Amino acid sequence: MTGPLFDITVAVARIAVFFAFCFGLVVVMTWVERKGAAYIQDRRGPNRADIFGIRAWGLFHPLADALKFLFKEDFIPDNAHRLFYQMAPMFSLAPAILGIAVIPFGPDVTVMGRTVALQIADLNVGILYLFAVSGMTVYGVVLGGWASGSKYPLLGGLRSSAQMLSYEVSMGLSLIGIFMVFESVRMSQIVAGQGGLLFGVVPKWGVLVQPLGFILFLVAQYAEANRTPFDMPESESELVAGYHTEYASFKFSMFMMAEYLHMVVGAAVVATLFFGGWQFPYLGDAGFLFPGGFAVAMPPALVLLLRIGAFVAKVLFFAWLYVWVRWTVPRFRYDQVMRLGWKVMLPLSLLNIFVTGLTLLLLKK
Amino acid sequence: MTIGVIKVARPREMSFPESLYLVEIVKGLGVTMGHMLSNIVRQEGIKTIEYPEVRRQMPPRFRGKHRLMKRENGAPRCVACYCCPTACPAKCITIVAGESPDPAVEKYPVRFDIDMLRCVFCGMCVEACPCDAIRMDTGWFTPPDDTREKLIFTIDTLLEK
Repeated sequence: MTGPLFDITVAVARIAVFFAFCFGLVVVMTWVERKGAAYIQDRRGPNRADIFGIRAWGLFHPLADALKFLFKEDFIPDNAHRLFYQMAPMFSLAPAILGIAVIPFGPDVTVMGRTVALQIADLNVGILYLFAVSGMTVYGVVLGGWASGSKYPLLGGLRSSAQMLSYEVSMGLSLIGIFMVFESVRMSQIVAGQGGLLFGVVPKWGVLVQPLGFILFLVAQYAEANRTPFDMPESESELVAGYHTEYASFKFSMFMMAEYLHMVVGAAVVATLFFGGWQFPYLGDAGFLFPGGFAVAMPPALVLLLRIGAFVAKVLFFAWLYVWVRWTVPRFRYDQVMRLGWKVMLPLSLLNIFVTGLTLLLLKK
Repeated sequence: MTIGVIKVARPREMSFPESLYLVEIVKGLGVTMGHMLSNIVRQEGIKTIEYPEVRRQMPPRFRGKHRLMKRENGAPRCVACYCCPTACPAKCITIVAGESPDPAVEKYPVRFDIDMLRCVFCGMCVEACPCDAIRMDTGWFTPPDDTREKLIFTIDTLLEK
C-alpha cells in the first residue's frame, strides 16, 4: 500500500474500531447498570428478553430497549421550540462521541513497516481539547430543558448549567498538577510518562503522584457526567425526569446514550491520566522487569496484548465504579452540590496546584 | 427546669474523618459490593418471586377466583336459588334458572356468569350459598386478559376449576 492510501485506511480503521469499542461498551453498560443495581438492591434485575429461548442473564435487554425506542412515536410537545427541541439530543450526544478522539488505546504498533499510534488523533493540545468538548455537553442539557416548553425540564436545565459550569472549574484546575508532573498536555506523552517507576519501586502512575488531584478529578467527572450523587439535572424524585421529561422515542435514547458514553469516555480519561493508560505495571517493551532485578522476557505481540488488555480492564473498572457509586451514594441537595463545588473543590484544587509546584521546585534544586 | 420542654436526643456531631465524607463513601461501597457479591453467589437468597413460573403460596383462607362445585354425577351443585346475586354488593353475578332434568333436583343454573371486572372478592356469595356450591378457594386471583369479554366467567369456566 502506498503512503496516502495507507494513512486513510489506518485512520478509518482506528475510528471504526475505537468507536465500535465505545458504543459496544455503552450497550453493555446499560445492562450492567440495570443488573448491577438489581443485585446491589437484592433484586434479580432484567432476565426476560430472550432470543430462541436463550435468556443469557438478560443480556438481550439492551437490544430490546433499542428496538422499543425505535418503534415508539416520535413525539414533539405543542409548547416545544421545534428546532431546538430536535437539536438538543444531537448536542448532547456529539460532544460525548468527540471525546473518544484523543484517548490512546494502546502503545504505537508497527504495521507493514510503518508506526501507527493506537489513538485517533494525537493532538498537541490533548486534554485541552477534551475540556473544550466536554464544555459543550451543557448545551445539550440546557437546550433540552429550555426547548421542551415545560416547567420540570426547565428547572433541570437551569440546575445543570449551574452545576456543570461550577465543576468544570475544579475539573480543569485539578488536572494542572498532572500537567506539571508529566510536563505535557499531550495524552500520549502523559501515558508514556507514567511508564517509569517512582522511587524505583511502584509504577509512576498519576494517582500516586497526584492523589488529591485524582479524587478531585473523579468527583468533578461525576458531576460533569450528571451521575448520582450529582444527579441534579435529572433528579427523578423532584423533577420527574429533569431535562428529558418531554422526550420520547429515539431522542430520549440519544440522551441516554450520551450519558453512558460520558461514563465510558470519562472512565477512559481517568484510566489514561491517573492509572497509566495502557501501561501494565512493571511491563517494559521486552517483558516484565521487577524492581528486584527479576526479569521475564516476552514476545512483543504478547506485550502489546497485555497493554491493550490492561487499558480495557482499567476502563471497565472505572465504568463499573460509576454504576457502583450511583447505587451507593444518595443524591446531594442542590445547595450542597454548589457548596461542595465552590467552597471545597475549588480551594482544594488550588492548594493541589500550589503543593505540586512547590514540591517540583524543591526537587529540582 | 422549664416546664413542658422535652429533651430530644440529637444525632451526635460528626467526627473529622466522617465529615470528610470520603471514608464513609468507601465504607458504603463496601456494603453495596458485599450485597452484590452475596446475591451473585447465593441466587436463592434473593427474595424476588419470578412470577409466571413461580407463584406465591397464598394463605389457606385467601379469597381468590371463584369455582362452582359439582355433584357426584357431574351436574352443578348449584340450585339457582339466587342467594348469591342477592348478597353480592357489586352485583356481578348473573343467574338464569332452568328446570333440572334430574327429578331429585328442582332447578339448575342455565347461565351462571360472574363479571370478574366488577367482583370485589368480598366472599359474600360463598357465605350466602345454602348448598356450598360456590367457593373461592382456588388460591389465585384473576389473571389479566386482553378483552373485557374474557373476564366475564361463564358457568363452563367456573365449573372447570
